[in-house]
Amino acid sequence: MRGKQHPLDDYIRYWMLPTIWCPGCGNGIVLQALARALKELGLRKEEVVLVCGIGCSGRMAMYLDVDTAHTLHGRAIPFAIGVKLAKPHLKVIVVGGDGDLMAIGCSHLIHAARRNVEITTIMINNGVYAMTGGQVAPTTPHGVKTTTTPYGNLEEPFNAVSLMATSGAVYVARWTVAHPIQLKESIKKAMLKEGFSFIEVISTCPTMYGKFIGLNDPASMIRHLKKISIIKSHVDPSKAIIDWNNLIVCGEFIDREREGFTRRIRRCVNEARGADRR
Amino acid sequence: MQGNEACAYAAVVAGCRFFAGYPITPSSEIFEVMARELPRVGGVCIQMEDEIASIMAAIGASWAGLKSMTATSGPGIALMAEAVGYAAMTETPLVIVDVQRAGPATGVPTKPSQGDIMEIRWLSNGDYEIVAMYPWSVQEVVDLTIRAFNLAEEFRVPTILLMDGTLAHLHEKVAIPSEDDVRLVNRPKPSSPPEEYMPYKPSSYLVPPMASFGDGYRTRCEGLAHDYQGMPTSSPDVYEELVRRLCDKIRLNSHRIAQLKYYFLDDAEVAILAYGTMARIMYAAIRELRDEGERIGLIRPITIWPLPEELSDLMSEMKKVLVVEMNYGQLVREIERLTDRKRVVFCPWLRLEFPCLEEAKAMIRRHLHAG
Repeated sequence: MRGKQHPLDDYIRYWMLPTIWCPGCGNGIVLQALARALKELGLRKEEVVLVCGIGCSGRMAMYLDVDTAHTLHGRAIPFAIGVKLAKPHLKVIVVGGDGDLMAIGCSHLIHAARRNVEITTIMINNGVYAMTGGQVAPTTPHGVKTTTTPYGNLEEPFNAVSLMATSGAVYVARWTVAHPIQLKESIKKAMLKEGFSFIEVISTCPTMYGKFIGLNDPASMIRHLKKISIIKSHVDPSKAIIDWNNLIVCGEFIDREREGFTRRIRRCVNEARGADRR
Repeated sequence: MQGNEACAYAAVVAGCRFFAGYPITPSSEIFEVMARELPRVGGVCIQMEDEIASIMAAIGASWAGLKSMTATSGPGIALMAEAVGYAAMTETPLVIVDVQRAGPATGVPTKPSQGDIMEIRWLSNGDYEIVAMYPWSVQEVVDLTIRAFNLAEEFRVPTILLMDGTLAHLHEKVAIPSEDDVRLVNRPKPSSPPEEYMPYKPSSYLVPPMASFGDGYRTRCEGLAHDYQGMPTSSPDVYEELVRRLCDKIRLNSHRIAQLKYYFLDDAEVAILAYGTMARIMYAAIRELRDEGERIGLIRPITIWPLPEELSDLMSEMKKVLVVEMNYGQLVREIERLTDRKRVVFCPWLRLEFPCLEEAKAMIRRHLHAG
């Protein structure tokens, strides 16, 4: 039997704790922000579905006490689209890593934003493939040495905020795990939008990324993020710079209205049925 | 109507309310009919960005409670491979239509083939079973499409309906039954309260009851090896029990799943073994050859996977079994395992169209009287 309860116990599968995440991992901060957002929105657990990809962040599907799916690598979004179209009243959340959503699953992410399916996607960006041992990701900065770029990364990283703004998402924000309150508020706002909302969370991976950039321990990574990040909402998304050395621009970059996809489907169904009745 | 259209209309009768697809010859008419028909019955049809997204969306919709389907051809099936393993692992009721065309790779898109027989069986890594059926007429497309949904639901297994470019575009008269005239099966539902529900705890016939998302059971769709709760595990005991069950729920129930038909076997010394469209051509050829005095018959597996167990007994009565496939040797290897190998003669046909009657007769004659 358990003694003292945590205020988030109702939303967390506390019997699954401790998590598999390393000390200093930012995933726990995101999990907590998400659980707090659900609680503050007053959502019943029965109306929320969490869909995750593969990677460290994918394990969130074990810990949030709602209907959850732990899908294939990169395929959380199409699965989530199926769920949302089948039961539009459910609130569908996707949590994935930068490898999952920006590399193997990137086309699904872009198309989901284009369709404006009512899904909230939280991308935890730790700059690296962590679960597989520290390989380069499409978010790794130029020049960084990883296990698969031993001479330094030759490529330039994606700017997810800019990509999502161009693709049609109705809400696009970026925070770091050093901004838990802003993150929580942002998740709440995103979940109330009609359409595809996207939040990038710059996260700490001292185990697999920090060591490549000279930040070996959790505290120095968080301190570094605090030092280089500024909040500058509603700047042009192309100016939402993400530079691990000097500057990470955080804030809300897109907040616009566009008809959600399931509303269009509902109208299509009504028209098709009406035509049959005539 | 043509096979593709019949498949789509039958799917709606079977209760399909979600379709996600990506255009590919020679299957696209299934998608086009679904796009028109599903909104009329309150369903959803969506074109995704590729076949991987299509099958994943169908799996998601199935977990949200809708009978779901996708349709494609061999190259699309190849892209769906990992997700079929995911559907098997998560025990997702799902119907996949594979309209076969000549391969490998892009092959000859407009020409038929039976070249996906092993592809559909061995799509994913790991051990699992699927169900696959192959009709030989447009009416049978209707009947087996409905049966595919019923089996997918009853056994929580990805179920594949095979066609080929010829059957898909063959026009025949069909009777599409109304929903009241067919027996429809729905997935087993949990009877326990949500607090006690274990999403992967098997029932007496090895299939776990399935709660849908939104039902209040807080269920888990998990592609990692998992325990009864759906939580990941690397326990050898739990893993072995899971993998055995994923296979055994089909193997031990195969007497309820597998189907075959045979024709003219009473006096036959030689059997032709063929399936789908090829079986239908062989049937016509056999009838004429019997009139010429040949003592031959036909064995037609309707379920390709699992293969009917009676095949062994039927073949043991025969001096020879000619296996005729529109590929360069796929099901024949499985057939050889089921009988004395010396009895089996393989007749490949790789001509991009099914043989006409005269060609079929000539092929049979050649093998009947060879050495």
